[in-house]
Amino acid sequence: MDYNATTPLDPQVRDIFIRELDSFANGSSMHEDGRKVAKDIFDARSRIAELINSKPEEVIFTSGGSESNNMVFNTMISPVLTRTSLQKAAFGGRKTIITTSIEHPCVMESAKHLESLGYTVHFLPVDGNGMVDISVYRRLLAEKPLLVSIMMANNEIGTIQDIKELALLAHNAGALFHTDAVQAAGKIKVDVEDLGVDYLTLSCHKIYGPKGIGALYIRKGAPIDSLIRGGHQENGLRAGTYNGPSIAGFGEAARLARKNLETYGKQTRALRNRLRDGFLKEIPDIRINGHPEKVLPNTLDVSFPGAEGESILLMLDITGISVSTGSACASGSLEPSHVLMATGVGPELAHGSIRFSLGKYTTEAEVDFVLSQVPQIIKKLRGFSTVSSHQA
Amino acid sequence: MSEWLYSDVVKDHFMNPKNVLSEDEAAWPNDGRGIVGNIKCGDQMLILLRIKDRTITDVRWKTYGCASAIASTSILSEAIKGMSIDDAYTLKPEDIVAKLGGLPANKIHCSVLGDKALRSAIDDYLEKNSLPSLKGKEHAEVICTCLNVTDRDIEDAYKAGDRTWEDLQARTKIGTACGGCKQKTLELLHQLEHLYGE
Repeated sequence: MDYNATTPLDPQVRDIFIRELDSFANGSSMHEDGRKVAKDIFDARSRIAELINSKPEEVIFTSGGSESNNMVFNTMISPVLTRTSLQKAAFGGRKTIITTSIEHPCVMESAKHLESLGYTVHFLPVDGNGMVDISVYRRLLAEKPLLVSIMMANNEIGTIQDIKELALLAHNAGALFHTDAVQAAGKIKVDVEDLGVDYLTLSCHKIYGPKGIGALYIRKGAPIDSLIRGGHQENGLRAGTYNGPSIAGFGEAARLARKNLETYGKQTRALRNRLRDGFLKEIPDIRINGHPEKVLPNTLDVSFPGAEGESILLMLDITGISVSTGSACASGSLEPSHVLMATGVGPELAHGSIRFSLGKYTTEAEVDFVLSQVPQIIKKLRGFSTVSSHQA
Repeated sequence: MSEWLYSDVVKDHFMNPKNVLSEDEAAWPNDGRGIVGNIKCGDQMLILLRIKDRTITDVRWKTYGCASAIASTSILSEAIKGMSIDDAYTLKPEDIVAKLGGLPANKIHCSVLGDKALRSAIDDYLEKNSLPSLKGKEHAEVICTCLNVTDRDIEDAYKAGDRTWEDLQARTKIGTACGGCKQKTLELLHQLEHLYGE
């Protein structure tokens, strides 16, 4: 029940990954073995392009979502941004960045880094369902931002933003638009042409592929600078010997994700709704977080007031159920989830929140097992609790 | 199952906590009542004591909090039965942690509220019975060895409104000599913020 954290390897991806381990040649070598690896890399790139409806040459491989996101933000402080006179006219003098208050830490921290360098950064507020406040957004766009970065779907509450509209508004204001689609890809349709974005981040291990590999879509013509220099790989944008097995595995994972997208959506949505309806029926006084409709089909975030998240997580862990929590007690920082706090649910509901994220291997029997365990655990913890108003 | 996050003792007390108040508070008459912590910060603890001849005869508690908060209150409730209130007053978090077979370092100050709730319940008992206060007898750890400032001093200063290193220095002179205790003090401040709220 923790598929948004990571996913197991699909056996078909595993086969491709292992097969490629024996193709040890350097994908940059000119000899036959090298050319074979280069072809496998090209094929993988094409599969990823097909998943997001881009051209293969608009996709570069990185070490994962965090690197992809860092690369976009790093470009905003790079001279490449204003290399041509056209670019200079478009982006010169722009020093404002707009992102949201519910991004992944790698975007938050990248934005704060730019802030420390003198850029103005706005973290857009969200409403109770986690949707970006569009009126604040429209107002901030008047500041002529350089970059807007808004995640497509949230990892914690699953809320899906209207990226197409947000990107259009950004472009009308002359800004570049990036979306972190790490949680969206493989779960809902991600089509860069339809969305109209300049940059889009992908990660492989969220779609049943290996860890340590990701990608960045860069629309043809959009400015981009390297983080890792010193090689011709990825058009000179990302140096380092090609990671053949991971790239081939990513290609296969992307192919399967595209092929299974419809089935995945139907299957996980049905299970998620079964879980949600079961909780609502069996457990009094709970709150379902995230948007009621614009939400990932696999993600169910629930607050159980009166019970604390880490305690719920550990009691579930003992029964063999893995989940995650927005509670401060499990974060190591003593701060509750920034995502839930941004939605305004308040600290008590954030401390008592549990994320159930389902995947393509989740079964109805597993969901029913969770439904058989959670109500009694909540009842037990509420029984210990000083929050007497929630004692059922 | 692979190694658990906490010790077996913690796990046992977490899954089967002892002396939990299962009835309405009114149905368990007490001689002393203490409540500390803040739901907004993620931990709150209530302790009820029955006391006879300065000895704790029985105890009930409730906790909203993480596994270590539940387990530490449970084990404390076992340990203090039969203990004199004078001894109980000097218990410190480390004593409870030792009984639990250890806790992760970042869990100690935020989740072990039992000693504070216990002192608050004893204070309540003494006050209700017009007995002399034990305040000042609690265990204190010296944080600033140059100026002899303890964690209790810092806690009192926090309660009086101090929120920053500079506030504390103005009130207690902490760290005004070598300054080597700054990091530890800032961590303590963060934990107090978690405990008492802004």
